[in-house]
Amino acid sequence: MGMTMTEKILAAHAGLTEVAAGELVNAKLDLVLANDVTGPLAIKEFEKIGIEQVFDKEKIVLIPDHFAPAKDIDSAQQCLELKSFSRKQDLSHYYEVGRCGIEHCFLPEQGLVLPGDVVIGADSHTCTYGGLAAFSTGVGSTDLAVGMARGELWFRVPETMKIVLQGKPRNPWVTGKDYILAVIGRIGVDGARYKTLEFVGEAISNLSVDGRLTMANMAIEAGAKNGIMPADEKTIEYVRTRAQRPWQIYQSDEDAVYSEVIEIDVTNLQPQVAFPHLPSKTRDVLEAREVQIDQVVIGSCTNGRWEDLEVAASILQGKKVHPEVRVIVIPGTREIYLQAVREGLVEIFVEAGAVVSTPTCGPCLGGYMGILAKGERAVATTNRNFVGRMGHPESEVYLANPAVAAASALLGRIASPEEVCR
Amino acid sequence: MGLVKLKGKVWKVGDDVDTDLIIAARYLNRSEGDFLAAHCLEVLLPNLTAKVQPGDILVAGKNFGCGSSREHAPVAIKYAGFSCLIAESYARIFYRNAINIGLPVIVAPEAARVIKEGALLEVDPGTGIIQDLTNRRTYQGEAFPAFMVEILSAGGAIPYVREKVKHDV
Repeated sequence: MGMTMTEKILAAHAGLTEVAAGELVNAKLDLVLANDVTGPLAIKEFEKIGIEQVFDKEKIVLIPDHFAPAKDIDSAQQCLELKSFSRKQDLSHYYEVGRCGIEHCFLPEQGLVLPGDVVIGADSHTCTYGGLAAFSTGVGSTDLAVGMARGELWFRVPETMKIVLQGKPRNPWVTGKDYILAVIGRIGVDGARYKTLEFVGEAISNLSVDGRLTMANMAIEAGAKNGIMPADEKTIEYVRTRAQRPWQIYQSDEDAVYSEVIEIDVTNLQPQVAFPHLPSKTRDVLEAREVQIDQVVIGSCTNGRWEDLEVAASILQGKKVHPEVRVIVIPGTREIYLQAVREGLVEIFVEAGAVVSTPTCGPCLGGYMGILAKGERAVATTNRNFVGRMGHPESEVYLANPAVAAASALLGRIASPEEVCR
Repeated sequence: MGLVKLKGKVWKVGDDVDTDLIIAARYLNRSEGDFLAAHCLEVLLPNLTAKVQPGDILVAGKNFGCGSSREHAPVAIKYAGFSCLIAESYARIFYRNAINIGLPVIVAPEAARVIKEGALLEVDPGTGIIQDLTNRRTYQGEAFPAFMVEILSAGGAIPYVREKVKHDV
């Protein structure tokens, strides 16, 4: 019987020749990730296990990004706990503020995650690395502690839903963000609960690696265990210059078993906007244009990559943001930030009236650097629009791609890029 | 070691209750259970900790705990005094986290739909049997697989793994 790429990766890491959906396996971990919010709790649990050393000091990555640079004393304490543990364990992959960025932008960029890997992270958006054909999934702090101690973790092999994206979008502003919002809108926030979302088809082949990482990133918003897509020349081109260890490409067999196959034709897809308070409440941008806004956030582990800043800058260049709107641009990593400085993007943003922040998760989860007051509304390129996600429980978040966010910044309401670009 | 029966009064919430609603991110700069409990579900059930009696039971709709991987969410619920959860379904990371900290999370779609706020329940996490003592009805929830019973009996994944590590040496 054929296997999916996710089943092959899990089988290989469990020392088995084959596995099937529903089976419980113990899989070896290639990388274990935590941040300043989940890391301290994981460290506390790790220290209760009774093991002195982590399983491999090369395979644990600790990134201060959520409330870092520290927003208050308690956050500073949590960042310090990450650093102290890294020193004590002599970890190779601890990065201080200013040298890293948002974890899910930083790890792929640095070649720390590679095709065929099994990665766990104490952050739900760890599923991002499926964009590079890895099996990666979010876990809590206790699972992470066990992973750090033993270098392996139990998984139930998930059933796989195959999502076939056909066609080429006619609308030039449609991106990977719109594909994934359309998928979540179609299957719902629990449509892929406990399952793998495997994305294939012409639209995926045509998508950049940045766009693929955006799509896989939001697999969790449909409840999925992981999102994954096949590796191709673009994947190999991306990892070749970054990788410092070998990788392995796994492809799904022709006769692999899928729990469901969903085909979506993207030819006539419009940019999508997810209305409060679920990522599944999607509408075409043209049906959202009456929504007045107070803030725009362009960044996050979903859309803080180079291509995202580039398209936003192309729309904001030479223009001024709406006088009553705050625009916060957050490059995902130090490298992206530096490139944005060198290539003049930062100047474009600041001239337009935006704020450019150092990389942080900050506003996406209502941490800091752009919190909403009661009744305020934001358009954000982030991933969640739950009640109170970006601030006051009576504020609202509308999720969109960077072009829609930039156009909205200019007009002070949700806007389609065509309205501001010829 | 078996699992003890739990008894308590029902508090109800709806579908798709996300981890931001369970414990908002602005409280994640700390991780002590009592601090998190003080802000548990504060938008949906204000002043919860003042009203919940130790042992009370949270009953939810589908996809409970969707969103973030923050283990602070089940920790907040546990420290608020709830002895277990009953729901139509759970988001997967939340489910794993709850088991890992020794909080029984029972899947029981019928019970989750029918049981009313304030009812007195007796729950056997070992068998998944839920008795509504107010209504005199019994529901069969899903029983946990054997290894999860072991984790819950040990009091969570860390005590469970600590035992294993001892045997490895």
